[in-house]
Amino acid sequence: MSTTALDVGDTLARTVGGAEVGEKLVLNIGPSHPSTHGVLRLILELDGEVVTRADTDIGYLHRGDEKIAENMTWNQFVPYTDRLDYLAPLANNVAYACAVEKLMGYELPPRAKVTRVICCELARISAHLLGLGAFAMDLGAMTMFLYTFTEREKIYNLIEFLTGARFTTSFTRIGGQTRDLPAGFLEGVREFVDQFDEKLLEFGKMLNRNRIFVDRTKDLGVIPADVALDFGLTGPNLRGSGNDYDVRKYFPYLGYETYEFEVPVGSAGDCYDRFTVRMEEMRQSVLIIRQAIDRMPGGPWQVDDPKNVLPAKNKVLTKMEELIHQFLVVTQGPDAPVGEVYFGAENPKGELGFYLNSRGGGVPHRLKIRAPSFCNLSILNQLLPGHTVSDVPAILGSFDFVMGECDR
Amino acid sequence: MSGLSREGHGDLLSAAQKLSEFRGETSWQVEKEKLPELMASLKTQGFTYLVDLAGVDHQGEDPRFEVVYELCDLRRKKHIRIKTKVAEGDSVPTVSHVWKTADWHEREAWDMLGIRFAGHPDLRRILMWDGYPHHPLRKDFPLAGLSTEMPDIAFTAAAPLEGGPFVTNTASLAQDREPRAHPAEERSL
Repeated sequence: MSTTALDVGDTLARTVGGAEVGEKLVLNIGPSHPSTHGVLRLILELDGEVVTRADTDIGYLHRGDEKIAENMTWNQFVPYTDRLDYLAPLANNVAYACAVEKLMGYELPPRAKVTRVICCELARISAHLLGLGAFAMDLGAMTMFLYTFTEREKIYNLIEFLTGARFTTSFTRIGGQTRDLPAGFLEGVREFVDQFDEKLLEFGKMLNRNRIFVDRTKDLGVIPADVALDFGLTGPNLRGSGNDYDVRKYFPYLGYETYEFEVPVGSAGDCYDRFTVRMEEMRQSVLIIRQAIDRMPGGPWQVDDPKNVLPAKNKVLTKMEELIHQFLVVTQGPDAPVGEVYFGAENPKGELGFYLNSRGGGVPHRLKIRAPSFCNLSILNQLLPGHTVSDVPAILGSFDFVMGECDR
Repeated sequence: MSGLSREGHGDLLSAAQKLSEFRGETSWQVEKEKLPELMASLKTQGFTYLVDLAGVDHQGEDPRFEVVYELCDLRRKKHIRIKTKVAEGDSVPTVSHVWKTADWHEREAWDMLGIRFAGHPDLRRILMWDGYPHHPLRKDFPLAGLSTEMPDIAFTAAAPLEGGPFVTNTASLAQDREPRAHPAEERSL
């Protein structure tokens, strides 16, 4: 393991005339440890307080999602996507549905697109709020967690209003959503974003110049931009290093190219930059949501392809044709063409991608989930050596990973 | 996302065979012997981001496995897919020295499908535990799982899927019972 690029804390190493002295200690952190945010296990080799070697052990939450996907219809897999990044289930639903729709060759009606943009951005705010609160709490700032959870609660109420569930939303279906927006939902979202700007300023006041927080995050866990991309880092972790890759800008989907928003990037690539990028992204998400509410078009919220898209429930219960279609789509699945596609979406943690390999019919031949947390964590083995043990929770917190997505 | 034309990258992709374009994405088939050279030159040509690496099991075909690489050129906003086939028991040259992110992706492909990557620095299991005897994403691995004889692992029996609430056809073989959906040729109406 090379520590040349990341030599923070090297001066603390117990060396005499350049030669290391003393015994190495192996420290096992996790899989159940508060700072590992789930079931990540780290095996650290320590020289005094300094990490000299790190081995990241994942897989404790492996449920075989990809195997399960090969054994069910396209629509049946939607609830499993809730459990990938379980802090932003709506964004996962949208990413998965968009991937299958790309395979089907669908172009969504405008109302569905705008609805999904609102879903994605609400999910982004909610996921970043949790990431922020947990990050601050790892560094000893308990208050922040309570503040961000107050805001998250409001988002959860909105999500419950929209989908009927707070966490396991399963909102999208291939070709649309389970239902249209409920009356009063947009007003609720507008009310939330209108008061959220002020809350964001409050969060900033608590952390931006907080001496303890800054001291524990600045110049820590520095990742150069090219190294970050080499390891496949995406999302705020990549942008904190100065690379402005954002799927919404580079490969726009859902009409993101028509919204005005900026992609914040960091400069140093340290923990503090990753934190500030997330703070600014929430502000940008608010901007996007405002534009989306203003332009919300009427019209259909589903693709018009009755043989492959689940019909509206009220029609299923009253019309023969729709009942037959419902029966076919549920039992046999949407009839996908033969082919393969890759679709990546900008999720709160980074690029969530689906590689779909179809041999036709209602089931995937292979469904590969490109999980952002999986790639983000792969850099730890190289990043951690050279840092002190007390810095490890700060670095982990700044990465804002979710093991449900990493292990799948 | 649009693909590359053969004209622009004639020398680069001359070793590869272009597959039919689908949904605006271009795929290239390459022999695994030529893979390391092709990948290294693609990276120097701007494909600095290896998005994804997926192993696919085409059971019943020869060669059985396929490795799919998704590459992105962020400067020109281009995406291409490189595919290579590998027989069971054979190995694919690693690209982990070209992109570091391939390290874990290749470990996952080995763990899940049993595709070996020659020259990989540390080809251990990543999601399953060390010493696990199967490769669970292979098509011949049943959905319910297989029991393993490892006394120190808590759960080694197959999962109790039989007669579950959503299983409509309780055939004894998992592949007969699942998938519940039918392939295209069986569709009627």
